[in-house]
Amino acid sequence: MANEVCFRTLDLDRPWLLDRYKSRGGYEMLTRILKEKTDPKQIIDEVKKAGLRGRGGAGFPTGIKWGFINRGAPGPKYLVCNSDEGEPGTFKDRDILRYNPHQLIEGMVIAAYVINAHTGYNYIRGEFWEPYERFEGALKEARAAGYLGQDILGSGFDFDLHSHLGGGAYICGEESALLESIEGKKGQPRFKPPFPAQVGLYNAPTIINNTESLASVPEILRHGADWFRELGVANSGGSKLFSVSGNVSRPGNYEVPLGTPFADLLEMAGGVRDGRTLKAVIPGGSSSPVIPGAMMMDLTMDYDAIAKVGSMLGSGAVIVLDDAQCMVRVLERMACFYYEESCGQCTPCREGTGWMYRVIKRIEHGRGCPEDLALLDDVAARICGRTICALGDAAAMPVQGMLKHFRDEFQYHIDHKRCMVGA
Amino acid sequence: MSLRSVPMNRVAEPVDRDALFPPEVRSQIDREIAKYPPEWRQSACMAALRIQQEAHGGWLTQGAMDAVAAYLDMPDIAVYEVASFYSMYELKPVGRHKVCVCTNVSCMVNGSDRIVDHLEKRLGVGFGGTTSDGRFTLKEVECLGACGGAPMMQVGKQYYENLTPEIVDSILDGLE
Repeated sequence: MANEVCFRTLDLDRPWLLDRYKSRGGYEMLTRILKEKTDPKQIIDEVKKAGLRGRGGAGFPTGIKWGFINRGAPGPKYLVCNSDEGEPGTFKDRDILRYNPHQLIEGMVIAAYVINAHTGYNYIRGEFWEPYERFEGALKEARAAGYLGQDILGSGFDFDLHSHLGGGAYICGEESALLESIEGKKGQPRFKPPFPAQVGLYNAPTIINNTESLASVPEILRHGADWFRELGVANSGGSKLFSVSGNVSRPGNYEVPLGTPFADLLEMAGGVRDGRTLKAVIPGGSSSPVIPGAMMMDLTMDYDAIAKVGSMLGSGAVIVLDDAQCMVRVLERMACFYYEESCGQCTPCREGTGWMYRVIKRIEHGRGCPEDLALLDDVAARICGRTICALGDAAAMPVQGMLKHFRDEFQYHIDHKRCMVGA
Repeated sequence: MSLRSVPMNRVAEPVDRDALFPPEVRSQIDREIAKYPPEWRQSACMAALRIQQEAHGGWLTQGAMDAVAAYLDMPDIAVYEVASFYSMYELKPVGRHKVCVCTNVSCMVNGSDRIVDHLEKRLGVGFGGTTSDGRFTLKEVECLGACGGAPMMQVGKQYYENLTPEIVDSILDGLE
């Protein structure tokens, strides 16, 4: 059971075209909803019941988020799609935009109908030129066919949708930074509360969902909440796109039910490359704490199973590391990333990411001091929970995870001024 | 302190908007402005900078940024803030082709070092450098979201995946 939701048209020739999407029932759900004027509350209940959780990384239930909007409040409301895919290891939304953009558009029009928004934006990371052009092409087709714009399908409902290209800043994947960015500013996260559902884009109530979440909506409604929920396991409804990369033979996106054993996913991705042994897995994008390979082989790919061992399913970006990889070097590269991408607004993150990077770098390069591991523990702990947004925690958690499971490797680097891998 | 977000005000002499851009640049920027509420012209700032950068040989001169500020009724400093915050804007001259190599974890464990070494040798410049003939600028970038094709790089708008030194050579040979 693979490719049931967002990738269900992947086998078609040029699946991004409108007629291909329609040949698989595309826009049927939207047409029915607008014709029957389905009660938005009923749609929200269905999405809640389906157990769809935000696919961008936080895993917040999509239906509950939609319920936060007061759809009768005066003034505009906005729907924003977060296609600012930047979590290292993640490359799934890129393929939704490239291969199934109409399903995303259909999901967005339905979501806009639910929250009573008449304008929407899809924030696409600036480097994604090809996906942006595909999405723009789909918007053009959808407008011409009457699925977007004024009086959609004669229903009286108006919704227009635009893309907004990013400029290369990881932080804009954080929803309030993304809103600042659409408002033409630096992407620095906002204090919460107020949450975007109360005060969002241009001060108006705003719902922000991930690309995969929104693209899942038409299929959930077409087949029913039970169908979707039962694809997955308890507390993790549906299937999910897993971006498998690193030391595997067939890296790529795999859309499989939540709860699929990691061992099966690894096998789909061709197993560990060159006959090497699995050493560790970063299960949900670089912000999720690393899990040792042996432990990972017993886990299933769902929110609860990964959380139970102290990590997170995150965006579903599975980075597989073989026994030739030095964990100090891997962490050094990750620490460099967070140092580069901290927006600089909060002191613990701005300074802490720099401290962590410099200390890990000196350990990697044979200049580590005996007290460095305690220093890293301390800096990481002092960042967590002390910043406006989650980037601080996202930078600290990988450090804590590595020191928890691979502390001996770091100690070896400090004691012997060299790497224990291949030593 | 109010949490209300308001468009920034420009305290400057009104400018002749017609004189700021060539018509084709202006029409592209106008298409972007039309996406947003009329009082939020500044929402088109990122797009306008991208369009200006393309029209100015791949980087933003101060004049190019000032024109965006004037056209969108923004303070100049607000435009500089945006231009310096996002990594895709260049504030110094670059070569005709910007070669952006990802070295993040998935690319690193798939040999991005080898790609970087090869590029540095072939181009004779390090990260941030531009070849003396003005053809190439080499840039290290963070994860570009194409880890399934690691190691990868972006040249201009195009992604190139599953790189080897030989593939890199054939890509660079094909560029003016």
